[in-house]
Amino acid sequence: MPRPPGKTVVVSIFLLALFYLTALFAPFVAPYDYTEQNRAFPHCPPSSVRINQPTRWGESLLYTHPLKLADPMTRRYEEDSGVRIPIRLLYDGHLFTTAADAPRFFLLGTDDLGRDLFSRIVYGGRISLSIGIVGVLISFSIGTVLGSIAGYSGGWVDNLMMRLVEVIMSLPSFYFLLALASIIPPNLAPGTTFLLIVVIMSFIRWAGFARIIRGMVASLREREYVAAARALGAPRWLVLARHVIPGTFSYSITSATLSIPSFILGESALSVLGLGIQEPGASWGNLLATARNVQYLVNYPWILTPGLFIFLTIISFNFLGDYLLERFNPRSVVR
Amino acid sequence: MLAYLVRRLLQMIPLLIGITLLSFLVINLAPGDFFSQLRMNPAVSPDLIRELERQFGYGDPLLLRYLKWLWRVVHLDLGMSLAYRVNVADLIAMRAGNTVILALASMLVTWTLAIPMGILVALRPNSALDRTLSFAAFFWMSLPSFFFAFLLMYLALRTGWFPIGGTVSVTYDSLGIWGKIGDRVQHLVLPMIVLGTGGLATLMRLMRANILDLKEADFVRTARAKGLPERSVFGKHILRNALNPFVTLAGAELGDLLGGAALVEAVMNLQGLGTMMLDAVRALDTYLVIGSVLIGSLLLLVGNLLADVALTVVDPRIDFTRLESKS
Repeated sequence: MPRPPGKTVVVSIFLLALFYLTALFAPFVAPYDYTEQNRAFPHCPPSSVRINQPTRWGESLLYTHPLKLADPMTRRYEEDSGVRIPIRLLYDGHLFTTAADAPRFFLLGTDDLGRDLFSRIVYGGRISLSIGIVGVLISFSIGTVLGSIAGYSGGWVDNLMMRLVEVIMSLPSFYFLLALASIIPPNLAPGTTFLLIVVIMSFIRWAGFARIIRGMVASLREREYVAAARALGAPRWLVLARHVIPGTFSYSITSATLSIPSFILGESALSVLGLGIQEPGASWGNLLATARNVQYLVNYPWILTPGLFIFLTIISFNFLGDYLLERFNPRSVVR
Repeated sequence: MLAYLVRRLLQMIPLLIGITLLSFLVINLAPGDFFSQLRMNPAVSPDLIRELERQFGYGDPLLLRYLKWLWRVVHLDLGMSLAYRVNVADLIAMRAGNTVILALASMLVTWTLAIPMGILVALRPNSALDRTLSFAAFFWMSLPSFFFAFLLMYLALRTGWFPIGGTVSVTYDSLGIWGKIGDRVQHLVLPMIVLGTGGLATLMRLMRANILDLKEADFVRTARAKGLPERSVFGKHILRNALNPFVTLAGAELGDLLGGAALVEAVMNLQGLGTMMLDAVRALDTYLVIGSVLIGSLLLLVGNLLADVALTVVDPRIDFTRLESKS
């Protein structure tokens, strides 16, 4: 009997579902547009959220006090506790927001241009969260096709492909990733940059995967049911597609889940270094890029929150992958 | 042994050619080249640019340029950096030391923590300690290194316990020999923690799994049956065998660490191969980029080879013929 998923796995699935839904419905969840600049509020700290008590009918449940830039040199803000700004829930097509003419409310503070960090994180999730899925789909498709062709045919095809795989696997991957990232022109649309980054990372990652699939296919090929299918006169592609490749799926699914984090990390790392997604586009990595400025880091620590989202996503995928590993390949894990 | 080493070293040559050719093609796919920026600069005359292009062989077709580069490499000349106008080899030699020190120090951190921790949890599987440490392992494994670096830098800036950025202080030259070493160590602590804890979780889990597997092995039961004290059963039979895979891993570890070090260097602003590579990529300094890629892959391949050789020393059952049939 497989072990039922533990608490950590359930929490992980819940968190991932929450993050992906948030990214999907970003315009609804984010209170403001992610490019909206509030030049009067550079590096504004997170606003306080207060509960209206007792709530009277017709008043909003939550409110905040407006912040005022008290000292532009040190970017010190002061709260004007005399004024209440209502935070409206399910208002104007947003989950929560303030009225269009009211002062802004910054749940997680703002960046150097006064853009709402929370809205940028919500929109940035669209890139950071989909890069893992798209990257895994591309690299695993290439890996499965090439790996199974190599494993099934053997001979010089196999030899040639495995030499290529060896070259790619011996590359110092991060250095090569940097070199590859240099071919992305800086003035592309964020969507195109995103695609290029995925393709580049998939190009590096498919190799290791193809090698394992090749090994599995080479052993599956000798099984009796495959020999039977061949003897019955099934064409080569049918034998591969119907009988051999499905045998690798339990490995692929597990390994795909465990590979998603490396794609997310790859994009974030490039973006942190300024080589990935470019402004004004947002990804969790490029939101963190401003933290490389030591002055910003020490004075405005809330700019680090995107990193927390990266961390939570990755730990969730790791817990989920570990569970799948135990479930599908019980022999590889020791009690 | 010698024949084996020679064969392994010869196998590296086509691999390195493949790697550098790939990198060379990639960097030349980039829009524009190093001279694009110079052309925008009205203070630089077109004649000078043409002269520079000729000097660096930019007039030749791509493949010919690569072959010329390769020919020079065979003569132990990595060419000139376009941006610095210095020998690439000198530049790399200047920076590689810092990166290698960082990678080795991190490896030391990882191993001295991972092995005892793995043993500790394997002694009492599924105890509270095991579960706590396993959870903590997942935690560290999932913490992105650049994020961890930012957190530590924030902490260091707030408390002033450790210096930020660079590998030495401004006053480095005026320090005595011990002061110099102390200064370097102080600058090394934070990046070493960031990089060293990254691989910690994986190794700890591996150690735990190895020991648990071996605890039930036949030869361990035999050792117990013939009345060996538990201490020598554990030390001589279980531990000795559980450590073997780590020797092989060390080679692969080194590769990961060199890549990881590049990222940590860039984020924490240390002078190493990583930061140099980043600048070179940004400036499209072709020869510096492939020079670094070449040295990086060479370090990786040699690391793997050394690990395989070390394995035969640690485990006399493995000999070179078996190593070769494995690959």
